[in-house]
Amino acid sequence: MIDSNNFSSSNGKLLKVEHLVKKYKLGEVEVHALRGLSIEVERGEFVAIMGASGSGKSTFMNIIGCLDKPTSGLYLLSGIDVGKLSKDELAEIRNRKVGFVFQGFNLLSRTSAIENVELPLLYSSVTSKIRREKALESLNKVGLGDRIHHYPNQLSGGQQQRVAVARALVNNPAIILADEPTGNLDSRTSVEVMNIFQRLNNENITIILVTHEPDIARFAKRHILFRDGKIKSDKVNKEIREASEVLKTIPLIDDEEEE
Amino acid sequence: MKIINILSTAFRSLYRNKLRSILTMLGIIIGVAAVITMLAIGQGAQYSVKEQINALGTNVLIVFPGSSQQRGVRKGAGTMTTLTDNDAKAILDECPAVAYVSPVTRSGGQIIAGNLNWFTAIDGVGIDYMAIRNWSVEYGEFFSEQDIKSAAKVCVLGSTVAKNLFPDSDPIDKNIRIRNVPFKVIGVLTSKGQNAMGQDQDDIILAPYTTVLRRLSRYPYLRQILVSAVSSKEIPVAQRQIEELLRMRHKIQSFEPDDFTIRNQTDIANAATKTSKALTILLASIASVSLLVGGIGIMNIMLVSVTERTREIGIRMSVGAKSKDILTQFLIEAMVLSLIGGMVGILFGMVAAQLISNIAGWPTFVTAFSIFLSFGFSILVGIFFGFYPARKAAFLDPIDALRYE
Repeated sequence: MIDSNNFSSSNGKLLKVEHLVKKYKLGEVEVHALRGLSIEVERGEFVAIMGASGSGKSTFMNIIGCLDKPTSGLYLLSGIDVGKLSKDELAEIRNRKVGFVFQGFNLLSRTSAIENVELPLLYSSVTSKIRREKALESLNKVGLGDRIHHYPNQLSGGQQQRVAVARALVNNPAIILADEPTGNLDSRTSVEVMNIFQRLNNENITIILVTHEPDIARFAKRHILFRDGKIKSDKVNKEIREASEVLKTIPLIDDEEEE
Repeated sequence: MKIINILSTAFRSLYRNKLRSILTMLGIIIGVAAVITMLAIGQGAQYSVKEQINALGTNVLIVFPGSSQQRGVRKGAGTMTTLTDNDAKAILDECPAVAYVSPVTRSGGQIIAGNLNWFTAIDGVGIDYMAIRNWSVEYGEFFSEQDIKSAAKVCVLGSTVAKNLFPDSDPIDKNIRIRNVPFKVIGVLTSKGQNAMGQDQDDIILAPYTTVLRRLSRYPYLRQILVSAVSSKEIPVAQRQIEELLRMRHKIQSFEPDDFTIRNQTDIANAATKTSKALTILLASIASVSLLVGGIGIMNIMLVSVTERTREIGIRMSVGAKSKDILTQFLIEAMVLSLIGGMVGILFGMVAAQLISNIAGWPTFVTAFSIFLSFGFSILVGIFFGFYPARKAAFLDPIDALRYE
């Protein structure tokens, strides 16, 4: 994670949000999704964002993931004022500094695991050889080194999500944003994915996770609760569960063992 | 994104929807094949028209007598009895742009040879006639200057006449009777086939014009004078020289109209080529309508594809694809469709043109020009009809695209 070391060197804060406001217009009605939100996240943190639906979690994730722009407020990502960037520059930030993991996996169908992982590298100037190497390395990290040519429909849900994690990792991003990554998974595979996140976090990769399951949030180091577009609470998780430990207590599920 | 990656992405996504891609290409294939075939047919038509006009002879000018008038009734071109043997000689002697001259007079009738007979035309011509018309004698010989001077009763048969009068024997040195005048056959012409109007050019007998004038015609006037200019460039010059000469010889005052008409081959050729060019353009434009329809097919499929792949576009944008990348990807896909369609279409068109020429016996030519034209046109169709869907894809909002179900 050489790159992310460079990013955070400026002022220590990897991510800094001040008075973030986002308004949508739904026809005549104006919806305030975010009402002046301020957060700072340092490098190496593992943050779980919780809250009811409509509390602004997804809007917040879209903005810090550079998919959307705030109506007002400041957003610095490793020292860069993202609010001032053009569409193309935002695309470049998404490519270099952000890795997304979605609830629905969002893999390209009829495209092999390794090609899915290579996808972000296609949009940065990397030779095909290095692309393949990085993708392989990334897939090995999530334990799928033996299934690189499988198509998404040949993989279980947990494996698909691991491919998505590998894709998020492949460009050495400063931050991984996971929006309900376990929402479509059963309990054991959820823990497996959390296990991977914890392992990556131990390697000093910053992770921000949105979830509404308290069980899942317990694997994170910091809990932020959203309500009505504002922060209700922000506290350090004192009882972090170790996913690797939890895994030992859950019986294996058949399809994970299937070759 | 590098062009090679864009290309491989485009090929892969087209390959994933094989049937659809092939059906989409089919529109372009048919369009291009139609354009190629129609142009080939048109080119073939132009070629055969040119061939037929060349069969008239090289750099030919034809001098006809003018129209006669009897008590106000005008009788049409060639009815005036003004052209003489001496006019022909004068043209050869006094017009420097003229290479060959042959008087032509025509008669016809029932020809008898032994127990067979045949009705045909007898053309009285000079010795240069063969040179002007590019004809040749297949066997035997053509008549000589001496034959013309002495109005010898010799003749050369066209191959059709030879076949009908002498089906099993050699006609050379045999006698035939033309309207009861005996002629000796001294040669047979090389077969020329049909002319532009579909007439059999081999159904003819050539004899010295002097003989025909004296023995077979009643009037000592020529039906036409066939002239060949020294080169195709000199045709207009020769025409002017002949005009001046004949006006002088016929003592025509400056206010009087010509008593003869000169037609040249280029005029005839130009008119005919114009017609066949118009035909080619007509055929090609009808064919290009189908190419246009093929293009609309591409646009249709690309639009469907953009809608269907909205999520894919969202995913690509979320991992860092710029609008430009998405635009090029879809544009390249459309272009690959139209390019491959164009190439296959060219092949199909060439095969179709060959088939038509084999089955219908009509010459067809697939020229480099028509290949470039239809190839270029199919690329343009791809860009033109691919642009709108590609733009639509490129300006999708990444969040909406990701949420699209």
